[in-house]
Amino acid sequence: MNRLKGIGLTAIAAGIWLCSASAHAGKTLDGIKQRGQVICGVNTGLAGFGAADSQGNWAGLDVDICRAIAASVLGDASKVKWVPLNAQQRFTALQSGEIDILSRNTTFTLTRDASLGLNATAVTYYDGQGFMVPKKLKVKSVKQLNNAAVCVQSGTTTEKNLNDYFRANKLKYKPVVFEGFEASFKAFFAGRCQAYTTDASGLASIRNKEAQNPDDFVILPEIISKEPLGPMVRRGDDEWFAIAKWVIYALLEAEEYGVTQANVDQMKTSDNPSVQRILGTAEDSGKLLGLEKDWAYRAIKATGNYGEIFERNVGPKSPLKLPRGLNNLWNKGGLMYAPPVR
Amino acid sequence: MTGGPAIPPRQPPPSAGRRWRWRSQATRGLLWQLALVLALSLVAWYLTRNTLENMRTRGIQSGFDFLLQPAGFAIGESIIDFDSGDPYWKAFLIGLGNTLRTAVAGIVLCTLLGTLIGIGQLSRNLLLRSLCKGYVDLFRNIPVLLQLLVLYLLLTEWLPDTTATLQPLLFADSGVFLSKNGLSYPLPVWEAGHLLTLIGFVLGLVLAWRYRQRARRHFEQSGQARAVFWPMLGLVAASSVAGWVLGGMPSGLDIPRTGEMNLAGGGSLTPEFLAITVGLAIYTAAFVAEAVRAGIQAVPHGQVEAAGALGLSRGQALRLVLLPQALRVTIPPLTNQYLNLTKNSSLAVAIGYPDLVSVANTTLNQSGRAVECIVVIMVIYLMLSLATAWLMNWYDSRAAIRER
Repeated sequence: MNRLKGIGLTAIAAGIWLCSASAHAGKTLDGIKQRGQVICGVNTGLAGFGAADSQGNWAGLDVDICRAIAASVLGDASKVKWVPLNAQQRFTALQSGEIDILSRNTTFTLTRDASLGLNATAVTYYDGQGFMVPKKLKVKSVKQLNNAAVCVQSGTTTEKNLNDYFRANKLKYKPVVFEGFEASFKAFFAGRCQAYTTDASGLASIRNKEAQNPDDFVILPEIISKEPLGPMVRRGDDEWFAIAKWVIYALLEAEEYGVTQANVDQMKTSDNPSVQRILGTAEDSGKLLGLEKDWAYRAIKATGNYGEIFERNVGPKSPLKLPRGLNNLWNKGGLMYAPPVR
Repeated sequence: MTGGPAIPPRQPPPSAGRRWRWRSQATRGLLWQLALVLALSLVAWYLTRNTLENMRTRGIQSGFDFLLQPAGFAIGESIIDFDSGDPYWKAFLIGLGNTLRTAVAGIVLCTLLGTLIGIGQLSRNLLLRSLCKGYVDLFRNIPVLLQLLVLYLLLTEWLPDTTATLQPLLFADSGVFLSKNGLSYPLPVWEAGHLLTLIGFVLGLVLAWRYRQRARRHFEQSGQARAVFWPMLGLVAASSVAGWVLGGMPSGLDIPRTGEMNLAGGGSLTPEFLAITVGLAIYTAAFVAEAVRAGIQAVPHGQVEAAGALGLSRGQALRLVLLPQALRVTIPPLTNQYLNLTKNSSLAVAIGYPDLVSVANTTLNQSGRAVECIVVIMVIYLMLSLATAWLMNWYDSRAAIRER
């Protein structure tokens, strides 16, 4: 009987202990400094945005944003742990604290901002959904795609846009939905679908990297949605949210004032107060963010300004050959407008 | 007390004499069980509470109310019509329908194929025996996801384009086509006369059942067996044809033809459905074959010799003596394989078939309700598995030896 009592007491005690142990969000920045690494969620393989080469080196626009943040926070752009995620895993990985930041061509929407416990930082690429078809179909417009089978990857905003557009234009279609990115475009290239749809940047990436002969496929002119892409962070840690946002803004400001990876050291002696503020030679804006004084200098030194990141990964000289378009600075006809680093 | 020692009653008197004793084994057993149940529910309660609490502090919205919201996405194929304006719960229903469609077709196919291969493994013919053994070794030892992907990609590469001039299958004007659209086949156009055909078919079924009962009674009374299979088939066929003739022989057919972009008209099975169903059937058949082989080998050899002594042919011995007894041993492992096939059908998501998991994946992403969607999937698969197990147990108890 005594034994029973003992067990009963242990059970109750264990119960109380288990119930009182409820997790609370820790400070992301402290965690990063402690482990000496930023954990960054990226695409499993989208050339130009986030993809690993045969040696396991990651490259791409989304990847460079994480590098810039790591350089800012830890002073070393290589201190990033990459976590490749597919479309469905990405939000859960961020919510559960498995990653510090999600930089994986993710569209900002109301649902994602308001109900997933996430915060959208700053837009790093203005995109829109497009369509790719085999050239031999001789299709010139999406409106000719009535009754077509359309290959699409699940877990994206794409499925809903596709439905909205075809419905609005009174067209019928058969979606063929794949969990994996790879399987979705393989099925399209095998001819299962008459059209493939995803963000226009993704189409360019697939056409140039995955098609046997890129000239056999054309990207249709219609862009059917707005897809502002950018990194997301967990809600409830405003300091970390601000750091992620302002590193991106600093990269944009740097381009605006002509600070590049090559001239960043010379620019330190610049007389321009705006440049001095960015590079931390005047006021200490780093202190406000909880970072070192030269936080933005470190980022620019590691990855170059936004324009350089764009050119290197997706611009006209890269295999993707995407025009700057909407992603140009506001004073050059684009939408990229950073609040002042001041 | 007089008259020798009192004999203690062998069993305690009912209820009144049953005293509550701490030291009795029954009490202790009960207490242990209570403690276990309590501990388990504490763990479950803790996990649920903690999850909800964490989701709340992180600003993640939860609840099942989203099921009533419009889905906003389309589904490639479905048994009943689905419109993107329909609510999420209906999308789940469509997904469940698609899962059931491939599971049922897969179970039927794998049973047929598996039984044939299982018997083939015991054949006296060396070539046949080795082929069947090779089949089991090959398909049992390659991961099923790999098999499905290879089958699907081969299928989509190999099938002709929908825009090409298609050659009908089997014979000219059969109206059956294979293309990247899948297997397209003609469907009869519904006319009022078809109702009579349907009535004739049902009538045929009833007649066939009556015939079988009479044949059995005749056998039990006189010991003379009557042919059963062909007369039953004949009755159903004749009755259906009679209904069709009475209905004015409606013969309108909706034959698939080249439409804009894709084949139009008729019915079709998509390459995704074909790949998942055939792929799962091929894989599971390897396990079914082993279960059938084990079942047959479990029947004592004396039974075959006895059948031979009675003058039964090898085929008759197999059909009348071996298989019915093997069935009893085979059913439990067979149930496992059916459950496996049903659960494996969730791999359909990899090859683009809109099964339950595929629909739930899309729903999860559109609504952001990850935990809720996973709970829905788990509950549905649990119910499917329990239903399958229950059905097979019922069949098992029917096939068990009954003493007369």
